[in-house]
Amino acid sequence: MTSPLDVTGSAAEAQPESVLAGVGEKTIEGRSLGQIAWMRFKRDRVAMAGGVVVVGLVLLAVLAKPVEAVFGLDPNAFHQELIDPVLLKPKGSFGGVSWAHPLGVEPQYGRDLLARIIEGSWVSLAVAFGATLLAVTIGTVLGVMAGYYGGWVDTVISRLMDIFLAFPLLLFAIALSASLQGGAFGLHGLTLHISVLIFVIGFFAWPYMGRIIRGQTLSLREREFVDAARSMGARGPYVLFKELLPNLVAPIIVYSTLLIPTNILFEAGLSFLGVGIQPPQASWGGMLNQSISLYQADPWFMVVPGLAIFITVLAFNLLGDGLRDALDPRSN
Amino acid sequence: MATTDGEALLQVDALVKHFPIRKGLLQRQVGAVRAVDGVDFSVRAGETLGVVGESGCGKTTTGRLLVRLLEPTDGRIRFEGRDITHLGTGAMRPLRRDIQMIFQDPYSSLNPRHTVGTIVGAPLKLQGVKTDQGVKKSVQELLELCGLSPEHYNRYPHEFSGGQRQRIGIARALALRPKLIVADEPVSALDVSIQAQVVNLLDDLQDELGLTYVIIAHDLSVVRHVSDRVAVMYLGKIVELGDRDSLYRAPLHPYTVALMSAVPVPDPTRKEQRERILLTGDVPSPVKPPPACRFHTRCWKAQDICREVEPPIRELRTGHAVACHFPENFDAAEPPAAA
Ligand SMILES: Nc1ncnc2c1ncn2[C@@H]1O[C@H](COP(=O)(O)OP(=O)(O)OP(=O)(O)O)[C@@H](O)[C@H]1O
Ligand code: SF4
Ligand SMILES: [Mg+2]
Repeated sequence: MTSPLDVTGSAAEAQPESVLAGVGEKTIEGRSLGQIAWMRFKRDRVAMAGGVVVVGLVLLAVLAKPVEAVFGLDPNAFHQELIDPVLLKPKGSFGGVSWAHPLGVEPQYGRDLLARIIEGSWVSLAVAFGATLLAVTIGTVLGVMAGYYGGWVDTVISRLMDIFLAFPLLLFAIALSASLQGGAFGLHGLTLHISVLIFVIGFFAWPYMGRIIRGQTLSLREREFVDAARSMGARGPYVLFKELLPNLVAPIIVYSTLLIPTNILFEAGLSFLGVGIQPPQASWGGMLNQSISLYQADPWFMVVPGLAIFITVLAFNLLGDGLRDALDPRSN
Repeated sequence: MATTDGEALLQVDALVKHFPIRKGLLQRQVGAVRAVDGVDFSVRAGETLGVVGESGCGKTTTGRLLVRLLEPTDGRIRFEGRDITHLGTGAMRPLRRDIQMIFQDPYSSLNPRHTVGTIVGAPLKLQGVKTDQGVKKSVQELLELCGLSPEHYNRYPHEFSGGQRQRIGIARALALRPKLIVADEPVSALDVSIQAQVVNLLDDLQDELGLTYVIIAHDLSVVRHVSDRVAVMYLGKIVELGDRDSLYRAPLHPYTVALMSAVPVPDPTRKEQRERILLTGDVPSPVKPPPACRFHTRCWKAQDICREVEPPIRELRTGHAVACHFPENFDAAEPPAAA
């Protein structure tokens, strides 16, 4: 080197800097983005509250049957003795709230509302999780393909997404469930209804996921670390699985969490319209449907399933938003 | 400076890269971005070639063609005498050990989900290189070589500053002990105070490991101290190519003169010689470059001939060539170097 630039050693610059002001050198040792996200998430009270409710709901749904058994709750037991035979209205105030029936009972038949809400929770979440899993799987695979390969692959998949989004889903769902009343694919009753709902909702929700993943893949593909991998001799699968996918995990988690409440609402909507879960199986949407005709008898009956849906959807949305803020490197 | 009169390690002839512009439903080609449009140069083993030019004149594209991240439209690239112009991914794979790249943006060139150890070790893994001391030890040695600490092995890129990230990128490029390194604006994303450190690191590594560099910059001052020769690019063509000292002392092409006057001269004794020439207007579009001399739209010396006849690149002084009808700092009476 003939005329080196004036530089006072590179030692000072070679020290790692702390990305989190006020955090000691020792404590940031090897902290991954996941750990940082968890730290940020913990500080977000609202998201934490949403998360706690979601965990509670999932536990309730998973343990619905044992809980009903342990507390002797039967969602389909009639309690005609609690109903005013003339007005069809539960005796007592607030829909007949009592120690035995903390949320009251249904007008007309007197079935326990707590038991029916718990019973409805697992149906609701099973459909929502199943449909989300289906949508995320299809959406991720096709979204990554469209974004990564580009060209005609992208054109075909993008048009496919447009078509699915333009599809009159509600009419399709109504027609499908009407034509499958008796049973199909060797499935009957509840299993059939849940399967049909998962299929219909999941199969039509994937383009939302697909679009997001496609966009993310498109922008990741242009990043220089992909070129760096190629310049070292990496092939397609390595780039896809080792370089791109680890960066897609965060958006997949976030948008799955945000897709679940949408799917819960959709399931409730279909059941409300009578083309989802069929009585006597308890479901939140089905309960709302019943409450319309029994509105005169007891308005309280409408409030209980409505609140259940509201709280669940809100909790998932708060959790999803919190996860997005925590996982988004730009919101640093 | 490690100037050995080695034979050409890299030989580039009439290299062309056109990016097609497609429109409409049928994706018909309606034109092309002529990013690199006929470029010749060679790089001798052990030397450093600086490539300089304004934004958009095809420097990155040239660099990516050299490491074969892009498929050349035309022309020829030879590495150690072997034609690598159209080698496929598979055939190129073993050669990647010898040719590596340092990228422009240290924030996008390191995968945020990988640790430093994974990043720097990736070339070893991808090429299936077995080292005596194992991958981890080798990576830690590379980190030390680049002025980082071996303890950084388990850290993530976001914990480092721009300068350190670029050092990680350099360590990765060195992992396979390449012969040629193409560095695409290795310091332009960094703080001015840190630029010199990284440039000096590259220089030290060259002496230590006997590397050959092609260093791309948009600023003549960055490559001044490390280059043996400098190529000036304008709109996909090399307009001037010369030995460092000759080029900086007496630039021949008006574009080079303008580029030089655009940067503060670090040597105060020479300030008075140069009045500032400001380049007016933008670089014209490489989709439809001006005919003949591409610089004529912005050149203060342009004559009719400049718009009609493309000036060939001629060696006016020994080891100093220019493509201009009316070169600067050159007395027409002075005989050109033997052609
Ligand atoms: N993949 C591509 N497709 C189409 N056009 C491209 C592509 N890559 C580069 N170009 C165009 O080619 C021209 C040269 O680009 P290039 O990146 O080589 O310039 P550069 O000299 O490196 O500029 P900078 O200093 O901004 O990095 C630009 O006009 C650019 O828009
Ligand atoms: S050929 Fe003419 S227009 Fe082009 S740089 Fe030389 S003097 Fe300027
Ligand atoms: Mg560039």
